[in-house]
Amino acid sequence: MEKITKKIIAAAGGLFIGFINGFFGSGGGMLCVPLLEKALKEETKRAHATAILVILPISIASAVMYLLGGYWDTGVVLTASLGVVLGGIGGALLLKILPSEIVGLIFALMMVGVGIKLVAF
Amino acid sequence: MQTFLYIIIGVVGGLLGGMGMGGGTLLIPFLTMFTGTEQHLAQAVNLIAFIPMSAFALFIHIKNKLVDFKYLLFISVPAVVAGVLASYLTKSVGGEELKKYFGVFLIVLGIYQLVTIAVNFIKKRRNLKKSLAKGRVETLIETSEENDLRKFHE
Repeated sequence: MEKITKKIIAAAGGLFIGFINGFFGSGGGMLCVPLLEKALKEETKRAHATAILVILPISIASAVMYLLGGYWDTGVVLTASLGVVLGGIGGALLLKILPSEIVGLIFALMMVGVGIKLVAF
Repeated sequence: MQTFLYIIIGVVGGLLGGMGMGGGTLLIPFLTMFTGTEQHLAQAVNLIAFIPMSAFALFIHIKNKLVDFKYLLFISVPAVVAGVLASYLTKSVGGEELKKYFGVFLIVLGIYQLVTIAVNFIKKRRNLKKSLAKGRVETLIETSEENDLRKFHE
C-alpha cells in the first residue's frame, strides 16, 4: 500500500516538475530535490544526484520543443553554454571552500529581488 | 562586447548550478535584463546550456553510485510528457507576459529557499545547544533521526 502511495506521489510530482521545467525552462531540479528528499525519503546526497537523472530527459525533451518552436540563436547558445561549463567547474570546486548557507542565502535574496524587478518594472 | 557578456552571464549561472543552486533560474533573467534576449530564447538557451554539464555531473554521480534509478520511470515519464506539453504551451504566451510569470516563479522559489535555510539554521542551533549541554561539540548532526536516537540514549 505504501509503495503505491509513493508511486502516486512520484508520478504527481513528476507531472508538476515537468510542467514547470518546460514552461519556465528551468527550476525543475530545485523542485525535484525536495520531492525526492522530503516526500520519497531519499538521503540528501542521493536526492541531489538522482534529481539530475530525472531532470536531464525533461530538459532535452523541452529543449527540442523550443528548437522546433523556432527559438534558437547560435551565438547566444554557444557563448552562454561555454560560460555555463566553465562556471560549472568553478562552482563545483568553490562548493568545498565557500559556506553553502551564506551562498544559499545570497542566492535566495537575489531570486526574490530579480523576481520583483521582472514583475514590477 | 555582447559575446563577452554572454560568456560572463553563463559563468555566473554555471557557478550557481555547479554549487547545486539551480543556476538556470538566474541565467534566464540575467540574459533578458542585461542583453535584451527574448524570454523564450533565454529559456531555450538555459535548457540547452545545462545539458552538457548535467550529463557530466550525472556520469560522475553514477560512478560514485549515488544515483537511484528506481524513480526514473515513475517520475520521468509523466515529467517528460508534462514538459513537452508545457513547452508547447509557452508558444502561445507572449515574451513580456512570460517574463512576468517568470518573475512570480522566482519570488516563490526565493521565498521557499529562504524558509528552507531558516529551518535548517534553527535545527542546527538546537543540535549545537544539545551537544554543548552534553559537553560535546558536534555541530554537523542535522538529521532528525539522529536527534531521535540521541533523545533515546539520553
